[in-house]
Amino acid sequence: MTSHAITVLGHDRPGIIAETTARLAELGLNLEDSSMTRLRGHFAMTLVCAGDAAAADIESALTGLTADGTLTVTVREVPEEDAAPTGGTPYLLTVHGGDRPGIVSSVVGQVAQVGGNITDLTTRLAGDLYVLVAEIDLPAEVDVVALEGSIAAVATTLGVGATLRRAEADEL
Amino acid sequence: MSDPYVGGRVLDVVRAPAAVLSTPSSDVDPTAPEIVQLAADLVATMRVSPGCVGLAAPQVGVAARVFCVDVSAHPKTREHHGTFVLCNAEVVEASRNERAREGCMSVPDLTGDVKRATRLVVTGQVPGTGEHVTITADAFEARALQHEIDHCSGLLFLDRVAGAHALHQRQTYL
Ligand SMILES: [Zn+2]
Repeated sequence: MTSHAITVLGHDRPGIIAETTARLAELGLNLEDSSMTRLRGHFAMTLVCAGDAAAADIESALTGLTADGTLTVTVREVPEEDAAPTGGTPYLLTVHGGDRPGIVSSVVGQVAQVGGNITDLTTRLAGDLYVLVAEIDLPAEVDVVALEGSIAAVATTLGVGATLRRAEADEL
Repeated sequence: MSDPYVGGRVLDVVRAPAAVLSTPSSDVDPTAPEIVQLAADLVATMRVSPGCVGLAAPQVGVAARVFCVDVSAHPKTREHHGTFVLCNAEVVEASRNERAREGCMSVPDLTGDVKRATRLVVTGQVPGTGEHVTITADAFEARALQHEIDHCSGLLFLDRVAGAHALHQRQTYL
């Protein structure tokens, strides 16, 4: 049993996911985790599937998708990763303000500096408004107040607003 | 006052995918001895589970419309009614939705953002006497009640997640 990471990128149209998953099912592959969205109107999907097919066979099964030249497909074998929780604390970082170069890299740099790991990220440019929302896993030893301070300092320099808040779920 | 839920046994909690979690439960006779025992079992199981503020019968494998709630120790709680069990509960009024992230003992690896009413009126019956009661709840107790009533209807928070990117892999366990 091997795992493959597959990306499908390009011009959006109805039926891309249906076709992709049908071809994978025909190969006996099991679709595990996937994420799909539209980035500035482009279709963008990444998925991990498990099964016995070889990367070359998956690629050739998906050639129908790329036939008209508007979609790009990549297939890579990937090792098994440990999905177990890290024991860190989940935070949600929101940054928004006027668009300018370097917002993501400067803010996210502060997170990386303390060993924080981004586990999910969305950025959107809507007119002049730039918005970043990131899920961050912070190791227990991180001084959160200090991190908030360094993010606020960077945000002030950039002229954007930033908030860091706990993203812990309520157990019910 | 003495604890009305004495003699409860700690039961195993069922995890998704289990058919009982996705099947609407049946109405119960709240005066039946097995329902009184089930009420005590739910409370006992809730009390030994860290951070647990509610537990519904389908979560212990019983397809019955019974659940317990106790949000008294939770930081997001405003008004609360302590520990209580309701049978055949129904939401009669719900308003002022708010979105928050929920977890569930029956779905231990995922959390999800769910909109729930923060003002709630629920009717139900008390185990033992069968007395009909109306409970008005707000804030976190309202959320817990809706989550447990959903369990009794065969619904998980997964059925109410606010969007395709509102489902999250859990990073920490209690
Ligand atoms: Zn639950």
